[in-house]
Amino acid sequence: MTAIGKDLVGLEHLSPEQIRLILDTAEPFKEVSERPIKKVPALRGKTIVNLFFEASTRTRISFEFAEKRLSADTVNVAVSGSSVSKGETLVDTARNLEAMRIDMVVIRHGSSGAAQFLGSRIRSNVINAGDGKHEHPTQGLLDLLTIRDRHGRIAGLKVCLVGDILHSRVARSNLWGLTKLGAEVGVCGPRTLLPRGIEELGVQVFDRIEQAIEWADVLNVLRLQLERMEKGFIPSLREYYRVFGVTQERLAQARRDITVMHPGPMNRGVEIDSRVADGPHSVILDQVTNGVAIRMAVLYLLAGGKPELADAAKRGSAGGGAE
Amino acid sequence: MTPHNDRSILLDARAFARALQRMAVEITALAPAAEHLVLIGIQRRGVELAERLAQLIEKDGGPSVRRGALDITLYRDDLETVGPKPVIGETRIPGDLSDSHVVIVDDVLYTGRTVRAALDELADFGRPRRISLCVLVDRGGRELPIAADVVGKAVKTGPRDRVDVGVKELDGKDEVTVVRGGPA
Repeated sequence: MTAIGKDLVGLEHLSPEQIRLILDTAEPFKEVSERPIKKVPALRGKTIVNLFFEASTRTRISFEFAEKRLSADTVNVAVSGSSVSKGETLVDTARNLEAMRIDMVVIRHGSSGAAQFLGSRIRSNVINAGDGKHEHPTQGLLDLLTIRDRHGRIAGLKVCLVGDILHSRVARSNLWGLTKLGAEVGVCGPRTLLPRGIEELGVQVFDRIEQAIEWADVLNVLRLQLERMEKGFIPSLREYYRVFGVTQERLAQARRDITVMHPGPMNRGVEIDSRVADGPHSVILDQVTNGVAIRMAVLYLLAGGKPELADAAKRGSAGGGAE
Repeated sequence: MTPHNDRSILLDARAFARALQRMAVEITALAPAAEHLVLIGIQRRGVELAERLAQLIEKDGGPSVRRGALDITLYRDDLETVGPKPVIGETRIPGDLSDSHVVIVDDVLYTGRTVRAALDELADFGRPRRISLCVLVDRGGRELPIAADVVGKAVKTGPRDRVDVGVKELDGKDEVTVVRGGPA
């Protein structure tokens, strides 16, 4: 067992200290990506399988860069999972991977709970890269790191998640991480896309984006899945933009300096105005940069740090970052 | 800690200062062309020592000395024993190292594994013309064929002994103590 457990399935099961440890460990990894040779030997000899049952570009590439910059050997498996039933596939896959003596699996899967399921069946470390509507923990962590970079802290900040909260694993990981680190969380979106009873979790609900902008220090604008319109959750994309779009004009009304985030990929002109996405409030590309550092930190922590062998390393009083 | 521990002072503040002064002179002798000199401290206490040595060299009327910091955690060959909360310090390399004379500065030289890792890491930042090693305390016990060019104080120790280096910036005072842990 490592300092953050055997697997990273979600932020729900991590303590605030464990989340801070990951964020602090990510700090030095930012610098590794700025070196002339962007590579350290920390994970030399480890074999990592990137098992993607759902399409992903950014997350898969980000994990792959993180793995390669730590000198791990990586294999990408893209499964266009449609025909096979998920239970059988995953058990079979798990057994085959174990037989090949791998060390870690990064899994993205359309079913909530897939990462937990796999982690409980193999000895290798499992990292959840997004499972159904459950969690996307490394996205949540990189959002936390980006907020901390920009504001110097997380506790006491007001962070509003905007858009499709109901179907979003990014929203779920953000909710867990932000509340554990002491932020105030709000949500804003059409009632059809908010989970029923979300107020009971201590979350502020805003029906109008103008109110959310007035309240928040940070807006995390979620991607609107275009198929939501076909399924009747929203009347039309134009209507959505008119009512909930984060536009230049609306931000101009903000009373304080507001940070705008988006996990990507963006629908410009649907949930976010192009001028906002490319403007001074946006930290969208910082999120992408931080994503590699966060994933390096998670891989590094899961690969090492066995407490029973750790006595020798306990000297020194170095602390972490702010927060 | 066993009750038989025996702690003795190897360098008090004055001896510490004298050792540093002598080391600064020896570094200058190693590298007559000071504009090529780069002092790189190994996290954590090596960084403070490198800064002090650089100041001493500059005080003697020498040109300004470039300094940097190196954290070798990610280059260790024992990741699984690093501990549950590995703290990785800052790595800061001042510009291009090719054509420079790098002096690695650390507090204690023991097995040599830290220096081995530091050499590997430096190689990923460029190709210095020369690399030297400068340590405040050489306590013997090498497991690799590595030797220091500049040594503040040499002392014979056993595997159960401990050498503690304190520096003003982090520990309140400059002091080196040896804790004897009894016969191995």
